[in-house]
Amino acid sequence: MSLYYLQKFLYELNRDEDVQQKCKDDFDTLLGNYELDDEETTALKDGDIGLLYVLGVNGQILMHYAAFLGVEWFDYLELMRQGIAKHGPVRAGVYAMTGGGDAFTEEDSHQ
Amino acid sequence: MSLVYAGVLSHAPGITGRAHLVKNIDEREKFYAKLDQQRQEIEASGAEALVVIAAEHFGNFFMNNMPAFCVGIGEKYSGPIEDPEWLKIPKIEITGAPDLGRRLVIEIMQSVDTAYAEEWKFDHGIMVPLHFLTPNYDLPIIPVNINCQGPPLTPLHRAWAFGEAIRRACDSVPEKIAVVGTGGISHWPATPDSGKINEEWDREFLDRLLRQDKKALLSYTNEETYRDGGQGGFEIRTYIAAAAAAGGKGDLQYYSAELPIFAVGCTVARFELA
Repeated sequence: MSLYYLQKFLYELNRDEDVQQKCKDDFDTLLGNYELDDEETTALKDGDIGLLYVLGVNGQILMHYAAFLGVEWFDYLELMRQGIAKHGPVRAGVYAMTGGGDAFTEEDSHQ
Repeated sequence: MSLVYAGVLSHAPGITGRAHLVKNIDEREKFYAKLDQQRQEIEASGAEALVVIAAEHFGNFFMNNMPAFCVGIGEKYSGPIEDPEWLKIPKIEITGAPDLGRRLVIEIMQSVDTAYAEEWKFDHGIMVPLHFLTPNYDLPIIPVNINCQGPPLTPLHRAWAFGEAIRRACDSVPEKIAVVGTGGISHWPATPDSGKINEEWDREFLDRLLRQDKKALLSYTNEETYRDGGQGGFEIRTYIAAAAAAGGKGDLQYYSAELPIFAVGCTVARFELA
């Protein structure tokens, strides 16, 4: 699990037209710049929005990647639902931080 | 006193990008009319620059170096970072206020350790407000960010202190300045729950905000906010900072949870300056 680098790749893709061009020209080489595990690499190569969501990619990053792939809004929402149905709950990131004992609770204890 | 206007408004990419999918056209037009009223009030204030306290969404700031606060001091900015067709806002260069921004930062830093930036690519969090508040992009912009996205998040009491620092900074310069905070209240943006809005929670928050009930405003825990307001609820920090900058009670000009395609409860409000 290298959610940090998975999100960093998408962050840089979303904001940089040069990265977007590299993505189209030589995706494999571009991905080689990031420390991704096999599941993350496959999810990106497949444009698997559902799996990326389950892996913990923040929706504020993921929705732009979906738009980059040409996925329409309602399809984007449905792909995330399908991802949960297929792969189970979100595993990491902000959507997996509640429920007690995790980082938000730790932050709140300092308020 | 050089702060001449303070208010809040919602942002969300759907407000422009999915406007054509709205079923409740009358409600959409009421919302747009209130946003236009806010534009007119800012213009009538004589503001020479607009400070936009935003909650950007990984357009410029990432967990490799995430500031709790950042103020833009660039000569110019670009936006939207998103596909213009997707957001329905054309790409454009936006004029900054580098000299004023730098003086504000110097004063803010007397009490709050803000970062500053001469480069900034505006995402929908700033572009959607500008689309309505300065549609000709003829008002210099000072973008401001509070980390509402990448935990550990900026604590609420620090957002309040930041708002107070912005106020002190505005009052230390001769230019007339308008400040708006822009964020969601409850919303679950870009997730399978997109479109969900907790109106009761929103109205309770707005009540605390507009009464300037600092203690109640700062009592939300992140755990509670996430549970009741979604991860978009973390953007209450922008509203809290705007309220702290204003110092006076607020007037709710518009709120509606009847536009779920926008994926946010739609809000427009202004504050008295005290």
